Amino acid sequence: MVTGLWAMPDFAAHWMTLRTISSLTLAAWRFLPPLASLSPTNMLDPAGTPARSIFNLTWFVGGLVLGIFVVVGGLLTFIVLRYRGRATDDNIEPTQIYGSNQIELSWTVIPILLVFMLFLTTARVILGTERIPKPAGALDVAVIGHQFWWEYRYPSLGVVTANELHVPVSDPAHPTPTYLNTSSADVTHNFSVPRLAGRIDVIPNRVNTIWIDPQAAGLYLGQCAQYCGTQHAKMLLRVYADSPADFSAWIQHQQAPAADPSTLSPQQLEGKSVFEHNACANCHTVKGTSAQGKFGPDLTHMGSRDTLGSGAFANNRQNLHQWIDNPDSLKPGALMPPMHLNEKDLNAVTEYLTTLR
Amino acid sequence: MATTTAVDLTSQTKPKKLLLQVAHDWLTTVDHKKIGIMYIVYALVFLVIAGFMAMLIRIQLAVPNNHFLSPQVFNRLFTMHGTTMVFFVGMPILFGFGNYLIPLMIGARDMAFPRLNAFSFWISAFGGILLYYSYVGGSGLYGAGSAPDVSWWAYAPLTEKVFSPGHSTDYWTFSILLSGIGTTGTAINIVATILSMRCKGMTMTRLPLLPWIYLVTSFLVFVAVSPLTAAQIMITIDRYLGAHFFDTQAGGSAILWFHFFWIFGHPEVYILVMPAFGFMNEIIPVFSRKAIFGYPAMVAATVSIGFISLSVWAHHMFIDGLGAGGNIFFTAATMVISVPTGIKIFNWLATMWGGKIQFKTPMLFATGFLFQFLGAGLTGIVLSSAPMDWQLNNTYFVVAHFHYVLVGAILFALFAAFYYWYPKMTGRMLSERLGKWHFWLFVIGFHLTFDLMHVPGILGMPRRIYTYEAGRGWDSWNMLVSAGGFIQAIATVIFVVNMVWAFYRGRVAGPDPWDAWTLEWATTSPPPDYNFAVPPSISSRRPLWDLKHPEDVDSHYEY
Ligand code: HEM
Ligand SMILES: [Cu+2]
Repeated sequence: MVTGLWAMPDFAAHWMTLRTISSLTLAAWRFLPPLASLSPTNMLDPAGTPARSIFNLTWFVGGLVLGIFVVVGGLLTFIVLRYRGRATDDNIEPTQIYGSNQIELSWTVIPILLVFMLFLTTARVILGTERIPKPAGALDVAVIGHQFWWEYRYPSLGVVTANELHVPVSDPAHPTPTYLNTSSADVTHNFSVPRLAGRIDVIPNRVNTIWIDPQAAGLYLGQCAQYCGTQHAKMLLRVYADSPADFSAWIQHQQAPAADPSTLSPQQLEGKSVFEHNACANCHTVKGTSAQGKFGPDLTHMGSRDTLGSGAFANNRQNLHQWIDNPDSLKPGALMPPMHLNEKDLNAVTEYLTTLR
Repeated sequence: MATTTAVDLTSQTKPKKLLLQVAHDWLTTVDHKKIGIMYIVYALVFLVIAGFMAMLIRIQLAVPNNHFLSPQVFNRLFTMHGTTMVFFVGMPILFGFGNYLIPLMIGARDMAFPRLNAFSFWISAFGGILLYYSYVGGSGLYGAGSAPDVSWWAYAPLTEKVFSPGHSTDYWTFSILLSGIGTTGTAINIVATILSMRCKGMTMTRLPLLPWIYLVTSFLVFVAVSPLTAAQIMITIDRYLGAHFFDTQAGGSAILWFHFFWIFGHPEVYILVMPAFGFMNEIIPVFSRKAIFGYPAMVAATVSIGFISLSVWAHHMFIDGLGAGGNIFFTAATMVISVPTGIKIFNWLATMWGGKIQFKTPMLFATGFLFQFLGAGLTGIVLSSAPMDWQLNNTYFVVAHFHYVLVGAILFALFAAFYYWYPKMTGRMLSERLGKWHFWLFVIGFHLTFDLMHVPGILGMPRRIYTYEAGRGWDSWNMLVSAGGFIQAIATVIFVVNMVWAFYRGRVAGPDPWDAWTLEWATTSPPPDYNFAVPPSISSRRPLWDLKHPEDVDSHYEY
C-alpha cells in the first residue's frame, strides 16, 4: 500500500522521516469516512497519477503546516494565558527586553531549513509531472474551450465531439495516458478534473498540455475554473474513462457517419431540412450534411451524449425542445440564440436530433 | 498639552457654524489629519456597501440551484465587491491612517506636499464614485446599469470589446486608473514626508516602525502601481483605438495581461498587509507594556518582504503553463517570503513574552490578528507549492486563504487601530463593552465563515460561480459559511454604532489614554491644526517612555 502510494514521485526513499509521517497520517486516515463519498470532485480521492502525486504531497505539506500551527499557535496561547495582566499587578512596568541576536538567529535559521525541505519535495513533484517522457501508447486530444462549452478533437482518429470527453483507462503496467492539448477559441477558460490531475488554464493563442491516466473506468467530473463570462458556472466537464474495448467501440461509433437519411421518418426528414435551412447550420456541424457550422458544438452524434449544454441538463426530448426554443431558459447567458421556430418545425427538429445517435 | 477634546468639540459647536461652512472647511482642507479622516470615512462607507454585496453573494450560494440572483447580477456583484474592497476600502483606509499618523509620529506639522495630498484624495475618491456611477449608466438603476462584470482582475481578452461590448469595462478601467493616480501621489508624499520632515533627533534608526513600514510600502506602490496603470491605458487603447495588445482574436497576448496584472497584483497584497503589521508594531508593545523585541530585525524583515514580494507574482500563474522551470522558480521565491514574515510573528510573540498584557479592545483585536495571520500564512505556504496550487487555484480554498489575510489579518488590525487611535482622532474613547461584543461576534463569525470555506475548496468548488448543483458535497458547507457571514455583518453594525455613539457620548480621552510612548500621544486629542505647539525633539525610539521613566531611559539600551 505504502510503496504503491509513494511510487511516483518516490521521495520516501530519500526521506525516511517523510515515510514515517506519511504512514502515521495514513493510519489516522482509516478512521475517517470514505473520501469518495464526500464529493465527486475531491482532490483527496485521486484516480490517476498526476492527482495521486499531488495527493501524496498534500500529506507532507499538510503535516508540516499543521505542525507549525500547533507549535506557534500553542506558544501564542501559552503567552496569552501566562502573561495576561492581572488586577493584582503592581504599577511597575515589566522588565524591558530589546532583542537577542541568538534567539532571532534561531527563528531565522530553522524556518529556512523547513522551507528548503518543502521546496525540494515540491520540486520533485513538479519535475515528476512536467518533465517525464511521453509513453508510446499515449493518445493526443485537442481540448478547445468555448464560451461556455468544450470541444474535443482526436486528430489521429478523425473524431470531433463536444462536452463529454472519452479517454481509455490507463493500466499502470502498460500506460496509455491521454495528453490534453488545450487551447481556447475565445477567452481564457480552465480545464480541471480534480480526481485526475491539477487544473490548467485554457488560453487563446497558446497550447497548454496536461496529461491524465485514469486508472479505473468511470465518470470523472469537473468544471471550468477560470472566470469566462456570464455562464462560467455551467461550463461543466465530464470525462468518461472507458475500458480499452469500450473505448475502441466508442471511437468506431463516433467515426461512423450520421444517421442515414433513408432510415428517417417523414417528420424527421422535415426536421433535417428545417435544421439545414435555418441558422442552426451556421453554427453546428452534422457530418455528411450541408450543416458545417463551427461556432457551436458538433451535433453529429449528440444523441449518444448524456447531457446537453455542457453538462447543464439531461439529454432528453423535452429539454431538447425547450433548448432549441429558448436556450436562455435552461442556461441563461448561453450564446445560442432562440430559433423562433413554429411548433411544428420545432417538433420536427427535435425528432431529427434524436436520430443523431 | 492638557487641553482635552471635549473642550474643542463643544467650542466648535458653540458658535454654530453653518453646515455649509463645515462642509467647505472639509472640502477645501489640506490638513493631513482632516484628509486622513476623510479617507477613513470614505473607506468605511465603501466597506459597508461592499459588505452588503458580500451578503447578497452569500444568500445566493447558501443553497444549491438558487434563483435569488441571475448570473449577470451575481457576476457584477462579485466584481464590484472585490474591486471595491481592494481599491476603495483597503488602499484608502490604509492611506487614511498613514496620512493621519505619520506626521504626528515623526513630530512634523503636516505632510511634505499638503496640496498634492488633497489632490490625491479627491482623485481616488472620484475613482470610487465613478465605479458606482456605472450602476446608473446603460440599462439604468433597476436594470443594474452597466456595472462591470469582469472580476477584479479583469483578465483580457474577456475585457476586450468583442467579449465585453458596452461600457461596463470602461467604468472599471477608468476608475482603477484614477485611483492609481491618487495612490501614486500619496505614496510620493509619504516617502518625501518621512525622509525630510522628521523632528530633531529622529534618525532613521529611531523612526517608529509604523512610518518605517509606510516608507517601504510606498516604494512598493511606485513599482507595483505603474504596471497596473500602464495595463489600464493599454486596454483602453485596445478598446478605443483598435490596438491588439491583449486582443487575442487579432494575435494579441492574454498572458501579457496576466503578467502586467500580477506584477501589480501580488505586491498589492503586501501593500495592504504591511500597514497592518505597522499597527501591530505600535499596539502590541503598548498593551504588553514592553519595548518591541528586535527593532532592527523588524526593519530588515520589512525591507526584505518588500523586495521579495516583487519577485513572486507568477505564483498566481502556476496554472498558466509556466513550465517546470517557471513553476520551480516562483515556488522557491514565494516560500522564501515566509522566513521574514515568520521573524515578524516571532518577534511579536517575544514582545508579549514576560509582559503584563492588558486585554483592552485594541489588544484583543491584535491577538485575533496574530492567530489568524498565522493561519493565513500557513495556507499561503500550502498554495506556494505549485502542485498544491494546481489543485486549489481558483477554488474556494483560495477564497478562504485570501480572506484569512484580508479579513482575519488586515481587517482585525484595522479594528485594533480604530480602537487604539479613535481617541486621538476624536478626543473620545470607544466603548469597551461594545468593543468586546464586536470582537467576540466577529471572531465567531469569521471562523465559521472562513475556516469552513476551505472545505468546499478542497472538494473542488470553483470560485465565481453563481450556482452549483446539489450532489457535489458542497451544500452544507456553504450554508454554514453564509450563516457565519451574517454574524460578521451584525458585529460590524455594533462597531458602527459604537463609533457614532462614542463620537457624542464617549468618555473623554485626554492626550494619552493608553499610557503609550510615541509622539502622537504627546499632543492634545484631537491635535491642534499644527499638531505640536513646540516642534518636539527626541533621543530614543520611545520619547514618552523617556519622559515617564527618567531613571531608566531607552537610549541606554537601543542598538
Ligand atoms: C435551430 C437551430 C439550432 C439547433 C437545433 C441547435 C442545437 C443545439 C444543441 C442541441 C446544443 C447543445 C449541444 C451540446 O450541449 O452538446 C446547442 C448548443 C449550442 N449552440 Fe446551438 N442550435 C441551433 C442554433 C444555434 C445557433 C444559430 C448558434 C450560434 C449563433 C448556436 C450556438 C450554440 C452554442 C454556442 C452552444 C453551446 C451552448 C452552451 O452550452 O453554453 N446554436 N445547440
Ligand atoms: Cu470557461
